[in-house]
Amino acid sequence: MKAPAFAYAKPASLAEVFTLLQQHGEGAKLLAGGQSLIATLNLRLSAPDILVDITGLPGLSAISFSKDTARIGALVTHRELEHSYEIAQHLPLLAQAVPHVAHIAIRNVGTFGGSIAMADPAAEYPAVCVALDAQFVIAGAKGERRVAAREFFKGMYETALQPGEVLIAGEFKIAAKGYRSAFVELARRHGDYAIVGLAAHANTVDGRYADVRLAFLGAGGEPVLARATAAALEGKAFGPDTIALAQATLARDLDPPADLYSSSATKLHLARVITGRALAALAQ
Amino acid sequence: MNARAELPLHAPGTTTDRGYIGKSEPRANAKRLLQGRGTYVDDMRFPRLAHAVFFRSPHAHAKLTRLDLSKAATQPGVIAVFDGRAVAEYCTPWVAVLGHLKGIKSPPQHAIAIERACWQGEAVAVVVAETRVQAEDALALVEADWEELPVVTDMEASLAGKVLIHPELGDNICFKRELVTEGFDEAWKKADVIVEQTYEMGRHTGVTMEGRSILADYNAAEHSLTVYHSTQAPHMMQDIFSRHLNIPESSVRVICKDVGGSFGIKVHVYPDEMATAALSVMLRRPVKFVADRLESFLTDIHAREHKATIRLACTREGEILAFDLEDLTAIGPYSVYPRTSGIEGNQVVNLTGGPYRHKQYRAKMHVVFTNKNVTCQYRAVGHPIAVALTEAIVDLAAQKIGMDPAEFRRRNIIPDDAYPYTAPSGIKFEKLSHQQTLDKLLKLMDYDKLRTEQAELRKKGIHRGIGLATMIEVTNPSPAFYGVGGARISAQDGATLRMDPTGIVYVTCSVTEQGQGSEGIFGQIAASVVGVTMDKVRVATGDTGTMPYGGGTWASRGAGIGGEAVLQAGKALRSNILDVAAAILNEDKAQLDIVNNEVTDKLTGASKLTLAEVGRVAYFRPDTLPMKFQSELTVTRHYTPREYGFVFTNGIQASLVEVDTDTGFVKLLKHWCVEDCGTIINPMLVDEQIRGGVVQGIGAALFEHCLYDDNGQLLNGNMADYLVPMSGEMPDIIIGHVETPTKTSELGAKGAGEAGTAGAPGAVMNAINDALAPFKAYVSNQPATPERVLRALGKV
Amino acid sequence: MTGTNMNHDIETTITLNGKPVTRRIAPRTHLVDFLRDEMGLTGSHTGCEHGVCGACTVRMDGKIVRGCLTLAVQANGRRVDTIEGLSDSGELAAIQKAFHERNALQCGFCTPGMLMAAQDLLLHKPDANREEIREHISGNYCRCTGYQAIVDAIEIVLTQNRSGKKSQVTA
Repeated sequence: MKAPAFAYAKPASLAEVFTLLQQHGEGAKLLAGGQSLIATLNLRLSAPDILVDITGLPGLSAISFSKDTARIGALVTHRELEHSYEIAQHLPLLAQAVPHVAHIAIRNVGTFGGSIAMADPAAEYPAVCVALDAQFVIAGAKGERRVAAREFFKGMYETALQPGEVLIAGEFKIAAKGYRSAFVELARRHGDYAIVGLAAHANTVDGRYADVRLAFLGAGGEPVLARATAAALEGKAFGPDTIALAQATLARDLDPPADLYSSSATKLHLARVITGRALAALAQ
Repeated sequence: MNARAELPLHAPGTTTDRGYIGKSEPRANAKRLLQGRGTYVDDMRFPRLAHAVFFRSPHAHAKLTRLDLSKAATQPGVIAVFDGRAVAEYCTPWVAVLGHLKGIKSPPQHAIAIERACWQGEAVAVVVAETRVQAEDALALVEADWEELPVVTDMEASLAGKVLIHPELGDNICFKRELVTEGFDEAWKKADVIVEQTYEMGRHTGVTMEGRSILADYNAAEHSLTVYHSTQAPHMMQDIFSRHLNIPESSVRVICKDVGGSFGIKVHVYPDEMATAALSVMLRRPVKFVADRLESFLTDIHAREHKATIRLACTREGEILAFDLEDLTAIGPYSVYPRTSGIEGNQVVNLTGGPYRHKQYRAKMHVVFTNKNVTCQYRAVGHPIAVALTEAIVDLAAQKIGMDPAEFRRRNIIPDDAYPYTAPSGIKFEKLSHQQTLDKLLKLMDYDKLRTEQAELRKKGIHRGIGLATMIEVTNPSPAFYGVGGARISAQDGATLRMDPTGIVYVTCSVTEQGQGSEGIFGQIAASVVGVTMDKVRVATGDTGTMPYGGGTWASRGAGIGGEAVLQAGKALRSNILDVAAAILNEDKAQLDIVNNEVTDKLTGASKLTLAEVGRVAYFRPDTLPMKFQSELTVTRHYTPREYGFVFTNGIQASLVEVDTDTGFVKLLKHWCVEDCGTIINPMLVDEQIRGGVVQGIGAALFEHCLYDDNGQLLNGNMADYLVPMSGEMPDIIIGHVETPTKTSELGAKGAGEAGTAGAPGAVMNAINDALAPFKAYVSNQPATPERVLRALGKV
Repeated sequence: MTGTNMNHDIETTITLNGKPVTRRIAPRTHLVDFLRDEMGLTGSHTGCEHGVCGACTVRMDGKIVRGCLTLAVQANGRRVDTIEGLSDSGELAAIQKAFHERNALQCGFCTPGMLMAAQDLLLHKPDANREEIREHISGNYCRCTGYQAIVDAIEIVLTQNRSGKKSQVTA
């Protein structure tokens, strides 16, 4: 399977990127790590006129921390996230998710921004970002804007990115003390797309769950924030009854689409199981 | 005549009596592969090499009402475009039936389909261009209109025959077979206990790492064709190219260099490969076709789609009285050439119940056409089904009478002293060792300890399962497998050994190499028999132009048949070398031996001549030898297995799993296999064949399934959605051996290549059901996906 | 904007197995096709062209990557090491020997990519246990071996390396 013909440009500045995007409209596709894009091109699922390689842009490859925020540049690779001591310290949920992303060879090249912009329903980062209420920094010819992760993911491969825009960073509030996170994913084989997964984050002081965020991947076209379940958990003490309550409430939040191997009912069941496991992990 | 003696090769009891036989020598021919310096078909460069890509039907069943190749024809780099009719002028169609499968039928199949496509992916046109990229670009401009026809995908619907795929055949039945032993009804009536279960095995496929590849090079000046082909059976292909392209057999040469995995996938005739050869003739230049991964999933043979009901009747003491099998299997719209798609079902009938000493058996089997991809022989052909069915129903019977499954097997396996033995299906066993292999397995895995541990862990809510699978395995087939049916598939093989002037022994053999180590073991045998060291042997296979005529690799025949030919040729070469040495030394040949590259005194071991010296004199100074003496340092010998239809092997496998009853996930903790393949030439290679085979079988048990929708569309034809076993989920596999050499050859080697795949699905399914037993849950489908396990548990 | 007549080729310079190579390359050409077709380095293989099987794994700027998911033009200014280069430099000698002696390869088609992944582990995870070895090569499909011999071979070299280091310390 050979990709169809396309042109290639590697601009040195965002301004150049915007010009090219404007020029080519829908015929232009942004290329970062390319681990998803190039596969679709090889499979001839897509036929762009031009790939705009943004990996040469300065300033998009840093992981930086200020007092209470973390900023991850769009071009930070999965591997860099995996090896980052600070990410493990300050954004443990993200650190817990990274090893589930594909395999090492993919992680060496694939980027944070690429994963977010791709918005695969079974991808790990979108759910993590929704759980952590991250903000995405989007640059366009007219300037920058910020979109909350909870508004950013619109559906399968669909985001709030407008034509001519480039995702340039993700910003996270670093959790205060007392918060814990757990990432649980079920996949048939190491590195596979998840059947279903859960990015869980909560305050767990005094043996109770508070400010609970449960963001599911593989349970819909975009990450699903289980609000009713989180509400049911608010203030509840650790223990099997609380877990059972959460599992029983889950059907109000999730109606997962079936996939090739699992029916909707199976996925919901599995979501319940990983909810229990995540809540147990948070309680340890 | 087939030799009846057994090893040793040199003086018994000496260090050379077996030489390298039994040693785990690393393969000399693997070195180039480690450096990326092998030569696979796609690696080769030829002047004017053209590339073929095929326009394939998007529909499972449709009439091609319009085909417009005109736009594609004018694209940059395009050399030619052809439809089925054009190629049919150069390549005749075929019908895949054989005389010994009574009543088998199939319609003719063309290299490129004409007028009608019968499965999604069937080629209806071809674009040839200077590069693959250009061909794919042009392919996008091929225009076709289709009239969709009714699609048959369900095997029971196919059998019922309301919609006929090939109306001229009268029904959708490719082949059917029934057998019943004389005392069946009586035995059935006598039974205290009858158990019955229906199983569904999912269709799956081989997924060789190297896709199917062929490069055909027609020389118009000579009307000769050289084909570089990733195939297992070059002589078979030589015959087929010759007959269907109308080129004299000796003007067709098939060459196999490095082959990146085969497993039976590459022993069949593929229409797109035949078309590629025809294109070379039509265009008078080399043409290459390499199936990419999407094409592979759509068109490499699939296998093993079965729905079978099996029943077992036994006494309350646990003596099996009879098996009763009803099997339905779905193939594609054509029987595959030349071995037919009836063989897999036929083997299921032959092999079910095989290890056990019941006398009564009834079987009814249908092979039906569907509009899904074609199916044919894939590693272990029929065994995985037969073993899984047999071993599962045996477990159910054991459970019903409250007997431990190992004990139930012990009571029923054919005793080691009962041979020769004919099973109720008619298959004949020379000599097997079920009792020894069972005992060895139970010891190796510490069965009792595992059972104790299982009971303890169950109390803690951890659910482990132990599954056993006793098996028999077809190897070293005689001409009764294919030849008697009219197939020009050779059941014999030949080996040529030649001593070169410097004393190196050059070995060629008609058995081929795809990574299992055929060349390695031939080198070991040759070195051992002739008396040279391994570094003084060179082995080459895979070229019909330079090696003896033979069958190639399939049905686990390489070691047993090719190995015996090498052994016999080696003995003859050794004798001829000693003739020269005796002439040089003017001594009695009977006093001489060859050890470690030197002619020695048999009694004292003293060195008398190096082989290099023998070579020098024989080739360059024959003037110093007696006038009438002629050196013959090139020898060819052939070997045909005759006494038995197959030389059966036996073995037993065990799987230890842990089932997560919340998620339905099955964790493979460990796997064991005790195998008796007769004389083991290279233990490491045998073990690795078993391991690779086991993992392939695990794929079938848990992961692999070609998923089709009701419109015959393949839903998961890529590496992300079709799940092959990867390293993270596989267990370590512990192997033990029993050696019962076959007396049908001097080497005594039986085959080993397929045993792992034969037993693993049965062992794993039994282990899962053993784990689920306390829940009264049962999985009767393969693959045992998490959903199926959860359904069995009643959780979804 | 498309037109099959438009030449999109990009001048690209790659340090290939230690030597600079400059070519004009069509952007759509992935790195493995470039290596195989243009440079004659046929040791890297394509098994799926959608990044799953790992047969195409090569090393770029010291990191293992999927050659089929890398455009050759993206390798501009970078260092690419293939199985041929790492064989000739001797870097893979120990793991190749272990693979050979343990028969951790059969048909050889996955082997170059598998050696890349193995070497990556040997360099970066010198204390890996068997489970970690399996995890590290979990993105490389092998149909022939069932993986155990590969894990064994890697374990053998890890052990050799560890005892080698130990003897350095005690010396």
